[in-house]
Amino acid sequence: MKIHEFQGKQLLKKYGIPIQDGVMIEDLSEAEAALDHVEKELGSDKFVIKAQIHAGGRGKGGGVKVCDNREEAREQIERMLGMTLVTKQTGEEGQLVRKVMVAQEFDMQLLFYVAITLDRSTGMDVFMVSSEGGVEIEEVAKETPEKIVREVVRPGLGLRSFQARNLAAGLGLKGQEAKQAMGIFTNLYTCYREQDCSIAEINPLVTTPDEGLVALDAKIVFDENALYMHQDIAEMRDLDEEDPAEVEAGKFDLNYIKLDGNVGCMVNGAGLAMATMDIIKQRGGSPANFLDVGGGANVETVKNGFRIILSDPNVKAVLINIFGGIVRCDRIANGIIEALKELDLTVPVVVRLAGTNADVAKELLANADVDLISADNFEDAATKVVEAAGI
Amino acid sequence: MAILVDKDSKIIVQGITGSEGSFHAGQCLEYGNNVVGGVTPGKGGQTALDGKVPVFNSCAEARKATGANVSLIFVPPPFAADAIMEAASAGIELIVCITEGIPVAQMVEVKAFVNTTNSRFIGPNCPGILTPDGAKVGIMPGFIASKGSVGLISKSGTLTYEAADQLGQQGLGQSTCIGIGGDPIIGTTMKDLLEMFENDPETEAIVMIGEIGGSMEIEAAQYAKEHVTKPVIGFIAGQTAPPGRRMGHAGAIVSGADESAAAKKKLMAECGINVVESPADIGRTVKEALNK
Repeated sequence: MKIHEFQGKQLLKKYGIPIQDGVMIEDLSEAEAALDHVEKELGSDKFVIKAQIHAGGRGKGGGVKVCDNREEAREQIERMLGMTLVTKQTGEEGQLVRKVMVAQEFDMQLLFYVAITLDRSTGMDVFMVSSEGGVEIEEVAKETPEKIVREVVRPGLGLRSFQARNLAAGLGLKGQEAKQAMGIFTNLYTCYREQDCSIAEINPLVTTPDEGLVALDAKIVFDENALYMHQDIAEMRDLDEEDPAEVEAGKFDLNYIKLDGNVGCMVNGAGLAMATMDIIKQRGGSPANFLDVGGGANVETVKNGFRIILSDPNVKAVLINIFGGIVRCDRIANGIIEALKELDLTVPVVVRLAGTNADVAKELLANADVDLISADNFEDAATKVVEAAGI
Repeated sequence: MAILVDKDSKIIVQGITGSEGSFHAGQCLEYGNNVVGGVTPGKGGQTALDGKVPVFNSCAEARKATGANVSLIFVPPPFAADAIMEAASAGIELIVCITEGIPVAQMVEVKAFVNTTNSRFIGPNCPGILTPDGAKVGIMPGFIASKGSVGLISKSGTLTYEAADQLGQQGLGQSTCIGIGGDPIIGTTMKDLLEMFENDPETEAIVMIGEIGGSMEIEAAQYAKEHVTKPVIGFIAGQTAPPGRRMGHAGAIVSGADESAAAKKKLMAECGINVVESPADIGRTVKEALNK
């Protein structure tokens, strides 16, 4: 689960990490109070206005502006609230900016990258720092991998002092700054562990002439499997940042992800769902979504699945591909029949059912008074749905 | 022969008194007649599966009383990490965890701990193991597979059924089918299983079904290039998945350049793996490879 920069920074602050602080606002009417706070409480006569969306790359898209005075800051707040911000990570359609952070400004000298995440290949957490901060770390990893310093955190041991020291030294820090950096690394690791983060990233962490090291940004992502232990974190979820159809699907335990294509699909199991999307593409179509109805699929899940797939106006045909194991195909068939009767379907539906009770299911579908195209196997289903979509 | 489990396996089920645990334990018992007990703390002394198997308070007790060497886990996510470690502590040789949704930080500790024991761990969030006509340790329906010579390794459940079905249509059975799970941290990797299938005289070809995300398929392919003499047929699901989006499985997310389906398939092919472009061609391709 992702959260906003502002929320991430407040979490870092709780862990004693110095941050570029400020106020998050949702409406222009809150601007004056926010500017007052930054000017008087935080003592900053310059302002940084930052669009709060979950995607990265905001700076290049015009979502981060340094302002020399209140007048400029007000203009930027007005411009950003309600704008559609397009960044490398949002896709072409961009993301609507509903919240803006009004932040204090710092004179910065050096920009560092600091992050901790899981290294899947070793099954251990890895702490990474780089003297090349403020840029995309993927680029650094590709162009100058030697500029990324790593420390593997051993399970049960935590980030040890010598490791924090190595990381600080890797950034070329000495004396007081090195000491402060060690504290920040240790605290960031504690935050990562205690809050069950899957990523805790500060990019950039900057050195300042008078105020030591400061976290100018925060990207924190949480392990959704662990949210049951963190009610306060779960409450930070911002549904505005998620696709409405995906949020709706979640209510019915459906795993739905919207894509750009025009062939809707409903499948059981994540792997088979991805493979179904792949074969649609290979047959010349383009998948409109990923939808895993899961192991407990029944009449209700199938009906809701249909409704969500069809909420996407691009969908020209739907493919249902179910390989019943625990899921019984006759139940799926009943769901399909009910859904087709209830919903006013305007697009062709191709159905492929295999596995548990597939024979019963086929008979049910054949005898029901519904309009659908039956397919014998995976390949046949894909060919038929692409044909039916008229692509 | 087969790998990991056969008709002589003695299986206990942790969480046998829960609804999922009891249902699937019953299915496993019916399939291989080798479920010897269950574990639910506080319910020791009772019986499960209509009185057919005894329930114990701990894995250690169950092992002592039954000689169990395999444990199948259906314990809910908040307690599953502990259940895995308990089984490993009790000296259970093979641990298969079906539970979905275990926090990753707990799996980091589980993996580190299990590595200090002699136990082999499969999963979590996986469909388990099926050795046709031998044993079923998990939730794969028995009818999908038949006895034969193809080893099947997959991150996904239903895609395993699809592959087994396609093999069946070509008249090919399986030595053992294993679903390793799609989580970021899993106990047994594709490489580990390639090694086992290579050493299994009954297995003549190996199917490896991967997904986007992580680098496990690449590590397995590099191992295969050096050490595997049997034909390996590979497929990677998710070529149409956009980067940065998690496709169902917690691990199915492209976060680096070489985690995409295209990059993995290319590297696998370079390592001599017979990479299948269409998921509908798995069965045919295995047949061709075996006829060469």
